[in-house]
Amino acid sequence: MSVEIKNLNHIYSQGSPFEFQALKNIELKIDDGDFVGIIGHTGSGKSTLIQHLNGILSPTSGTVVIDGADIFAQSKKDLISLRQRVGLVFQYPEHQLFEETVYQDVAFGPKNQGFDEHEIDQRIKSAIEMVGLEFEGVKDKSPFELSGGQMRRVAIAGVLAMEPTVLILDEPTAGLDPRGRDEILDQIRKLHEEKGITVILVSHSMEDIGKLVNRIIVMNSGEVVYYDVPKNVFTEIETLEKIGLAVPEVTYLMKRLKACYPEIREDVFTVEAAKAEILRIIRGS
Amino acid sequence: MLKDVTIGQYYPTGSLIHRLDPRTKILFTTAFIVMLFLINNLWGYLVAFLLIACVTLITKIPVSYIIRGIKGLVLIIMLTVILNLFMTPGQVIASIGPLSVTLEGLKTATFMATRLILLVVGTSIMTLTTSPIDLTDGMEWCIRFIPLVRRYAHELSMMMSIALRFIPTLMEETDWIMKAQKARGANFETGSLLSRAKNLIPILVPLFISAFRRADELATAMEARCYRGGENRTRMKQLIFVKADYLSFLVMVIMIAGLVGTRFIAIPLLFPV
Repeated sequence: MSVEIKNLNHIYSQGSPFEFQALKNIELKIDDGDFVGIIGHTGSGKSTLIQHLNGILSPTSGTVVIDGADIFAQSKKDLISLRQRVGLVFQYPEHQLFEETVYQDVAFGPKNQGFDEHEIDQRIKSAIEMVGLEFEGVKDKSPFELSGGQMRRVAIAGVLAMEPTVLILDEPTAGLDPRGRDEILDQIRKLHEEKGITVILVSHSMEDIGKLVNRIIVMNSGEVVYYDVPKNVFTEIETLEKIGLAVPEVTYLMKRLKACYPEIREDVFTVEAAKAEILRIIRGS
Repeated sequence: MLKDVTIGQYYPTGSLIHRLDPRTKILFTTAFIVMLFLINNLWGYLVAFLLIACVTLITKIPVSYIIRGIKGLVLIIMLTVILNLFMTPGQVIASIGPLSVTLEGLKTATFMATRLILLVVGTSIMTLTTSPIDLTDGMEWCIRFIPLVRRYAHELSMMMSIALRFIPTLMEETDWIMKAQKARGANFETGSLLSRAKNLIPILVPLFISAFRRADELATAMEARCYRGGENRTRMKQLIFVKADYLSFLVMVIMIAGLVGTRFIAIPLLFPV
């Protein structure tokens, strides 16, 4: 599914002293099957932007077009069914768990979408396995006995069980330990590769973004600064730093190395690519 | 929907009323509330209304913002009006089936509605113009004059300030949880009353859990900073009455005299007293 954002504006608390324009004339087109990263300083409008993509927030002006349909021109019922196709995982999604068992909690989404029992059962099973949990082991447990990382997975499974074709994740790894983080990101990557779904990932980790996505949206005070492939974004070190961001650590390393080895490439943002590049230089000379 | 609740919210404009000592505002509001229950004719309500209108103008808070606060209480006000309208015995002026409206009922209903609206507006002006911290500082001072509970003045005001402090936080949290459940297809807007009530479970359970977690974290944080209640605790910000406060007390005395005075005005406006 393609996602088109057309001249989107959002103003919070319009008409009060707390009035704040969170989004300014956003124009974006996200292609089907893309893996897009959104980076930006806290308060740059990332979260506000993604909440428009499944109609949770209504824009002050402008609109979002998904698969050729203007989502804000639809009826309420269509909007609810849209949320099945555009899955949104909020920040700290484990805080939304409420059911007695993991099974019931993951079932909440598909049940709301009105699938039949058998279908729901299938979806829950595959969703729980997709996030790397053992279905039989966790299904009857209370979500509150699980560890933080497991709770997060259950919450993500709750969205995956709706089998969305666009999956949006708002900092899915915030507050997780390195292993939990790698596992979750790995599963997201797999999901993107195997099911071919469009993934939009909001993250503060330039390393994760550099490793996973094929396009980056850079946001600053409600505006899109860049929308390009990582190679072109991560070479704009100065601009990124000016808006409170950075490039992956390894890119800084490559920049320093360039002082000694002028022929080394700077547009490297994963450790693996850096290794290959350094080896190339060493072997070449 | 949640943004419509303006009670307990602080609306900074830096006006004269905002800068008053919180104790002054609390005393003034208390006097105003007592007075509202003492007045018994239209003149009294007129004076009270004019007073509130003047104070609102001085606060520089948009009138529409204050009115939004009343909107949340429309149901309670309507209920009061309806009950009073039909349940007061007296001279019948109209009847619908078994129900009949009496002149006395009409009068009480109008008075009660006006009284409630003035009450809400009066108290919300206090909270809108006073930051929660100032408010509880003022409360603590006021509680010290009440026998029996004076011992717990600090604890009570601390509880109150924590409660006030967490109203916006919990509202925001509710908003987030609602959004997250909506993202999973939850429908809070349509459906029967029963299904809507059932739909609250996915909001209430996470909200309670997070409220308890927050309370626990706050307690730990307070202990870590050696908090141990009010005894021998000094304040960084002392409350001091200034000229504006003394002036307000003068206004307060005039208000009390004026409103009590209206009780003795025998000229009926619309209703025979």
